[in-house]
Amino acid sequence: MQPVAISQHTLTTAIGVGLDATLAALREGRTGLAPRHFLDAALHGWIGEVDGVDAIVLPPHLHEFDCRNNRLAWLALEQDGFIAAVARARARWGAERIGVFLGTSTSGLLQTELAYRHRQPDGSLPNDFIYAPTQNTYSVAAFTATALELAGPSFVVSTACSSSAKVFGNAARMMAAGLIDAAVVGGVDSLCLTTLYGFNSLELLSSDICRPWDAQRHGLSIGEAASFALLERDCAAPQGWLLGIGESNDGHHMSTPHPEGAGAIAAMRMALADAALQPRDIDYVNLHGTATPSNDAAEDRAVAAVFGTDVPCSSTKGATGHTLGAAGGVEALIALIALRHGLMPGGLNLQTPDPALRLNYLRENRAAPLRTVLSNSFGFGGTNASLVLGRAA
Amino acid sequence: MSSLLAPMFIQGIGLLGPGLPSWPASQATLRGEQPHRFELSVLPPPARLPPAERRRAGAVIRLAMAVADEAIAMANVDPQTLATVFTSSGGEGANCHSLCETLASPNPLVSPTRFTNSVHNAASGYWHIAVGSRHSSTSLCAHDGSFGAGLLEAATLMHSHAEPLMLVAYDLPYPEPLNSARPLPDNLGLALVLTPAPTNRSIAELRVEALPSRLASPVDVCGDASLDALRAGMPAGAGLPLLQALARGLQARPRELTIDYLPQLKLALRLSAVEHAE
Repeated sequence: MQPVAISQHTLTTAIGVGLDATLAALREGRTGLAPRHFLDAALHGWIGEVDGVDAIVLPPHLHEFDCRNNRLAWLALEQDGFIAAVARARARWGAERIGVFLGTSTSGLLQTELAYRHRQPDGSLPNDFIYAPTQNTYSVAAFTATALELAGPSFVVSTACSSSAKVFGNAARMMAAGLIDAAVVGGVDSLCLTTLYGFNSLELLSSDICRPWDAQRHGLSIGEAASFALLERDCAAPQGWLLGIGESNDGHHMSTPHPEGAGAIAAMRMALADAALQPRDIDYVNLHGTATPSNDAAEDRAVAAVFGTDVPCSSTKGATGHTLGAAGGVEALIALIALRHGLMPGGLNLQTPDPALRLNYLRENRAAPLRTVLSNSFGFGGTNASLVLGRAA
Repeated sequence: MSSLLAPMFIQGIGLLGPGLPSWPASQATLRGEQPHRFELSVLPPPARLPPAERRRAGAVIRLAMAVADEAIAMANVDPQTLATVFTSSGGEGANCHSLCETLASPNPLVSPTRFTNSVHNAASGYWHIAVGSRHSSTSLCAHDGSFGAGLLEAATLMHSHAEPLMLVAYDLPYPEPLNSARPLPDNLGLALVLTPAPTNRSIAELRVEALPSRLASPVDVCGDASLDALRAGMPAGAGLPLLQALARGLQARPRELTIDYLPQLKLALRLSAVEHAE
């Protein structure tokens, strides 16, 4: 593909609000996970909650979008000069020439979960419940397009945990076809009861903090996050480049990855081919690394099959938690931070490396100039997406 | 119109909705030769799934697989070879309702199957497992514009990859109390098998362009009031004028259509007859 400029980006996770706080936490090796409950959910486990989301007040003209997911989106949008950068792009290209493609798994579903706790005597939902701008999966993209005054094509990709990696591909293809000149991409997923109790029902939640690549890992810790990137056809001072994307399916099982990572291998090879790069050109791999026994085992085999076992790798989910539909966007931007600052973040919470896993898994931060990074995202339903990002200069 | 996107060739069609039991059985209604009668749709168990899964398959799997299978059979293609674009406003309403009811109770016990089926890409996941396809798949949502989003993405994918793909659009109603907040009259699904070059089974050439509403022609409606209520009242219904044009048959002159996508954006379609080699 023709490289696409990333002209501005921002992310907000449990380790920090905005880029500076994120970089500081990565440098300190600090996790945002804590052993706490979300609402009254009586589940044992660690959660990556973004502090202060409930206190966010949306501007009056966006009030109908009010729900936790859109408050988290607004908190993130207000960081790092992102809104101003989009305004400049809007002035340059025109609102109709900028798309909005975001990933989420549950969008504003929490709003409906809470409404079901406050049904009226006749069973109906509270009068202040409005479906489209809150519960509907599209609400986060409608909110973002409205907040940023953009009028180009928009939709949500909801392919579980690969959602917000795949949107980079949607935007790049529409730009290549000439439909748009720029796009806001990323993902937003906020804590809700469906995902907490749902992953618990599948016995995929860890009661301990999540420990990617550990011999005793036994599941994920759920987090919430919002990430946004502005992609432009060209840009005077890009912060980095989207170089390639690969997308595939396992066609194997709804909630378990293919044991040999067949679909993941295909996605990584497609991403490399799309970027016209060889495996040896990749300096660091940000793994999907959820810390479920099956994901890490399958991903270890898949990455080794494509790259061998020398390339430095790590999962940053020990810091942020698994942010589900937001994870692909979060980790694409952590890859960009790695490129900009020459920082490969060490994977947190690893006590005893799993002897069955063979990758060169980083336990400590490593400083080195990086040119290209690959980021993996895999999801329920067997969806796989791999992104290749490159340094600005 | 001067579309930027490469043409696609329609090779298979699937349809299931109220009073629209299948693509072949809906021809007279779509052509306007008989009035549309709103009769609730019946979702068949998916023959493609093994018996145990077939019984457990929820409504969203039944609807999406029914229209996908119909389109595949008509196109006579191996589904393993197809990338897919699934698009829906809300997945399975009954499943969402059941989860929300459970989660409103103290110490909720969530069913793992209900949770797995609640992901927006459940239909895509089950489809790719059933047909053993490792080709890429996406699952989109744009609320009432979900059909337009899916068709635009299908056209964009075709433009960049030039590989055959299937578009599956499907919407299902919520039970009460959610139905009052998001009223949808019934299930509606439609599927298109699309190829990058004409084949001897191609039905029509389709070109897609996104146009700001201020520049677009008025949206085409379905002449029949009952059918038009489906077009306007179901997200996947935005595709019905396209199916009507195909059912009526194409003349030498291309047929131009405008369909809904987002409030500020419409899709301009151009359908042309395909010259067959034989």
